[in-house]
Amino acid sequence: MMIDEMKNWWKSGTPWIWLNAGAVSISLLLVIGILGMIMVKGMGHFWVSDVYEMHYNDTKNPPRTIIGERVETADITVKLYEEVESMKAPADTVVIKRVLIKSGNRDQASADFQWIFAHHIEQQTTPEQLIKLERLEWGNFYGYLKNVQQQGEIIAAGDEAWHELNQRFERVQDLHEELKTLEKDEISSINYGLERLRLKKRKLELDKKDSPENLQLLTDQENAFKADYEIVIKRLNLLREEIKRDSASFIMANGKDVTISLHMLVSILKPNQMGVMTKLAHYVLNFYHFIFEDPREANTEGGVFPAIFGTVMMVILMSVLVTPFGVIAAVYLREYARQGPLIRLIRIAVNNLAGVPSIVYGVFGLGFFVYFLGGNIDQLFYPEALPAPTYGTPGLVWAALTLALLTVPVVIVSTEEGLARIPKNLREGSLALGATKAETLWRVILPMSSPAIMTGLILAVARAAGEVAPLMLVGVVKLAPELPLDDNFPFLHMERKFMHLGFHIYDVGFQSPNVEAARPLVYATAFLLVLVIVLLNLSAIMLRNRLREKYKALDA
Amino acid sequence: MSNEVLTHGIDKSILSASGQPLQLENEDICINVNDLKLSYGEKQALHGINLPIPRKRVTAFIGPSGCGKSTLLRCFNRMNDLVDNVKIDGDIQLDGESVYHPDVDVSALRRRVGMVFQRPNPFPKSIYENVAYGLRLQGIKQRHILDEAVEKSLKGAALWNEVKDRLHDSALGLSGGQQQRLVIARAIAIKPEVLLLDEPASALDPISTLKIEELIYELKSEYTIVIVTHNMQQAARVSDYTAFMYMGDLIEFDATDNLFTNPTEKQTEDYITGRYG
Repeated sequence: MMIDEMKNWWKSGTPWIWLNAGAVSISLLLVIGILGMIMVKGMGHFWVSDVYEMHYNDTKNPPRTIIGERVETADITVKLYEEVESMKAPADTVVIKRVLIKSGNRDQASADFQWIFAHHIEQQTTPEQLIKLERLEWGNFYGYLKNVQQQGEIIAAGDEAWHELNQRFERVQDLHEELKTLEKDEISSINYGLERLRLKKRKLELDKKDSPENLQLLTDQENAFKADYEIVIKRLNLLREEIKRDSASFIMANGKDVTISLHMLVSILKPNQMGVMTKLAHYVLNFYHFIFEDPREANTEGGVFPAIFGTVMMVILMSVLVTPFGVIAAVYLREYARQGPLIRLIRIAVNNLAGVPSIVYGVFGLGFFVYFLGGNIDQLFYPEALPAPTYGTPGLVWAALTLALLTVPVVIVSTEEGLARIPKNLREGSLALGATKAETLWRVILPMSSPAIMTGLILAVARAAGEVAPLMLVGVVKLAPELPLDDNFPFLHMERKFMHLGFHIYDVGFQSPNVEAARPLVYATAFLLVLVIVLLNLSAIMLRNRLREKYKALDA
Repeated sequence: MSNEVLTHGIDKSILSASGQPLQLENEDICINVNDLKLSYGEKQALHGINLPIPRKRVTAFIGPSGCGKSTLLRCFNRMNDLVDNVKIDGDIQLDGESVYHPDVDVSALRRRVGMVFQRPNPFPKSIYENVAYGLRLQGIKQRHILDEAVEKSLKGAALWNEVKDRLHDSALGLSGGQQQRLVIARAIAIKPEVLLLDEPASALDPISTLKIEELIYELKSEYTIVIVTHNMQQAARVSDYTAFMYMGDLIEFDATDNLFTNPTEKQTEDYITGRYG
């Protein structure tokens, strides 16, 4: 009886359905798990946590006060504890709880992160007056405000100090803004102009056209730049003096005073005083800064804007390069070439190209694009800059080209499929009206295969945006001083090196001097990378769906 | 002209049935098929066809599936060129000029010999752009010329009243019958001399079929029409002349009335009385 039922159950196909549904569920869970984990670990970083003041007495050392944020807790066994700390664990305990405290003040104390044992914390409070400073250098600072000073003179102390500090901090921020504009826009465009003049002069020399008149012309321009520079630098120096005017003294956990100039500060918070809504607002603000600001302190602080920008630029440039290339190849293979063993061989080769490890493409890109192509371009078009390379060094255009090469098989394959799907009927309809094969291709077949081309591009983008290994050889750097797109002619600087989110993750995670500070950034950057890829793909998918609607198949 | 054609090996007995107003002797011959042989690789599809197609008349090709009637039709505008391994012997003359001469510009030929296929095949563009397609290929860009031609062609294809308010909507939104008439409009927009219809109504419902047949009747005053059809009633209704083909041979060619009422060949009689096919 039972066996019969079992047999029927097998026959009904139900187990298969369960198996399939199970496989799908597991895949879904994995995806959700990955996204969930990097989101939780990464996005928690932007929350403003409470700052604790703890009296800590581990009996070996003199009792001390610790101020800082709780980052995480972990359990260790009693045995391990006793061995490492050579201390008796408290009776009746099975595990010892350790807490990681971010106590900041890296310039004053030895380390800004420390593990402490929970059972040695004698007293723990969250005083409202505790201040958290985010600084341009040395990471965070935690302590109490003592007084505010202007050129060393104490202006305010005690209760008014906080208000005064905030007011003066606002002024400093305005000055910062002005300084940044001067440095980033004016100085850099003057430098850029001077560099171009230098190259022009060198070119004149090389071309033997360095007549006194020509040189005079350049010198005049150079002098104009230098005059501008003098004006800007004066203003800059003035601002730099101004910005250093105010400072503030703080009391650290060990009771010592420290004076910090306000221009070193990024933000001033009293986390313990903030309500949930304020914290939420700061959370959004922090996330915004992370996306739109430049990195600081060897990428362990600040934002990742150049990396996002570089990633998107590289992917867009790659798309622009790979699409015509792939489509033309596919059109030849499908429409013009005589189908035979040779074409089959080529098709197999193209498909296998997609399986070549990406680092191999990187090596090829470096050897062929950068050294050979770039080197020759320099010889031919930029002799004035030599021996400094212009295109003969890793850069955005080479990275995009290398990735275009890496993804071209995908575009070829899906375009070919799209071309094969166009009904014969339509080709004949066009030809019967007197169109040549090329006209039919341009006016009917290619527009109709555009959704398939877009599918190829979507796959290409997904692959290219996540690729890191080849980029390290052909253009990505840890820190790029300038974006590849700016307001200096010719605006798009394809020879420049750029930053990339994928490489940024690697850099922050493995090359960072401050592991604890960098860890949440690894997750946050990973999350952003996924987000950027999803956004790039979504926009491509939306475009494809519109094309599909427009050119939907006749018999669908 | 017609006498010259007759010397090309058409059996006079086929043509001699008299008492009908239509007589091939009196027709101006537009296309002349001269001992046309065609093979796809090893398989021969047409064995020496000789056939005159009279100008501004409707000529129907009937015959069982695979008899070569579509193949023959596709020779008139050289659509068979697209098939791999096709081998063609003999000749077709359009207005006395060989269609298969090496100097012939195939695109120009196809502009003179328009074609409508079995299944409606409008391009995934607007109704307007479908009709203007052939003109745009010829480099015509002036809006007023295009507008005029589109209107005239759509009227010619008896579609204007149904689509004049939605010229810029997708052609794919039209019904099958409308699509087929759109395709006819597209074909006549470039003013061909000959219109080849390859089973134009076989994918359509009866009412659409009727409309197409009426349209064919209208169009014959301006175009030489050659229609391939499976449907003998249709051939009887719309055509002036009918050719019956079987296994790649032309069995009988005559004025339609003659062929249907008084077939000379036994095979023709068997086919039209429904004994096979």
